[in-house]
Amino acid sequence: MKYAIIVYETVDDFAAREDQRAPEYWNGYSAYSGALQAAGVAAGGAALRASDAATTVRLRGGSRQVVDGPYSDIKEQLGGFFLIDVPTLDDALAWAVKCPAAKTGAIEVRPLLEMSQG
Amino acid sequence: MEPDQDTGSHFKSGALAERVARESYGRLLALLCARTRDVAAAEDALSEAFAAALTAWPRGGAPDNPEAWLFAAAKRKLIDAARRTRTASAGEAEIVRGIEEFVADMAEVNVPDRRLGLMFACAHPAIEESVRTPLMLQTILGFSAERIASAFLVEPTAMGQRLVRAKKKIKDAGIGFEVPEPAAWGGRFPAVLNAIYAAFASGWSDPMGADPERQGLTEEAVWLGRVLAQQLPQEPEVLGLLSLMLHLDARRVARRGSDGRYVPLDEQDTSLWRRELIVEAEQLLYAASKIGRPGRFQLEAAIQSAHATRAWRGETDWAAIALLYQALAELTASPVAQLNAAAAIARRDGPEAGLAATEAIAADNPMLRDYQPYWALIADLAAKLGRTEAARAAYDEAMARESDAAVIAFLAARQKSL
Repeated sequence: MKYAIIVYETVDDFAAREDQRAPEYWNGYSAYSGALQAAGVAAGGAALRASDAATTVRLRGGSRQVVDGPYSDIKEQLGGFFLIDVPTLDDALAWAVKCPAAKTGAIEVRPLLEMSQG
Repeated sequence: MEPDQDTGSHFKSGALAERVARESYGRLLALLCARTRDVAAAEDALSEAFAAALTAWPRGGAPDNPEAWLFAAAKRKLIDAARRTRTASAGEAEIVRGIEEFVADMAEVNVPDRRLGLMFACAHPAIEESVRTPLMLQTILGFSAERIASAFLVEPTAMGQRLVRAKKKIKDAGIGFEVPEPAAWGGRFPAVLNAIYAAFASGWSDPMGADPERQGLTEEAVWLGRVLAQQLPQEPEVLGLLSLMLHLDARRVARRGSDGRYVPLDEQDTSLWRRELIVEAEQLLYAASKIGRPGRFQLEAAIQSAHATRAWRGETDWAAIALLYQALAELTASPVAQLNAAAAIARRDGPEAGLAATEAIAADNPMLRDYQPYWALIADLAAKLGRTEAARAAYDEAMARESDAAVIAFLAARQKSL
């Protein structure tokens, strides 16, 4: 089954991308990503810029409403996601807990909706 | 695989048929959904197979291997259903492939037992905690949502919805049915044990069997415990859980007088305790202790074992019970275990020491002041110390927090005798 490993990071995690902790931060993620590749479970993913780079748009009554900021104003913000292909939820959870942000933020594990082939 | 036809003599006994059906239900369901993870579809197929058996067996005789017959029938229903629904996913091929892998297994005399994997799926932390025990009762024992709802004092529709949601979660989230390696059990294994014990406790809190829906729930929990012990004879906590349930079950009859009156443990007539259950419980606890990994259920079983010695020695080993409860309180950080330790200290060192210990625990755990047994203990110790007014007030507090009429009557009688 394919799962999304959805990474929610704290304000401090986002800060660590750019301050003196940056090497440690990025090494953590490249090691994680490398481990997924080496295990043959990696199926995609992306890192996202911090939520202050986000813009949210809605279409209401035919008119476009654009606002600055992320969709949801929660403490932990979406920092990126990995797609993995593993047999069960437990395998997915075992990978999710190894993600660096598991120690500080939260990781949501969500199965992908498998689309029909025809 | 066509079933052998014979006279079905081993099915003549209704009790045996019921027993086979009960054991078969969980075994077959576990097999049917192990690959597909679709519990609901497997349940539908299995109930159709049971219905088919009800018409086919009386006519042609029960097959030699009823489980294989039922599995073959359910498998056909499952494939038919998958073809009918033609889900958007590649589900059908997956289902057929999964089932065909098991057809090979069915050639063996014994149907492989995958109930443990099903129990692990039901007790997965991704499943809402309150539905784990009901889900296990339904999938392993085939209980209806109505029966479970009644036992857990929940509206049948609400329970039905929770069960449906849980099964959907298992399927959609891809919760595995494989039993993980012990190293990866983590919180799941205690969840399996807790779910079984919760079923036992639910039946236990209705000792008179006044509620027909809850009647037999303790028995079913013991049955689940036996299934688990059969599959994991090397897990001391499994043996501890079964030992604990058997020790308690041994005293079932003695818990109430012939008039329905509540009889506290140390006033029970030990001749009413079922010795064969106590002996079995002791053997299990001994086997568990030899493995050398203590745990919550072994400690609780050991406490019940210390109570059981009264049947032989005529007196209870309160010193051992106090120590065991203290160990349990340390392990589980449970204020209730601390309270029980205080009660045992009172028996060992006298009411003064017991009251001091009880009050110290309540000071650290204010929620105990809303717990009936706390007030009953305070009342009993105050009475023993001759503090009649304090005892009377504490009995009032205890009665206000109890719902079992027999226990309220017992407390009222104690209060009256002050």
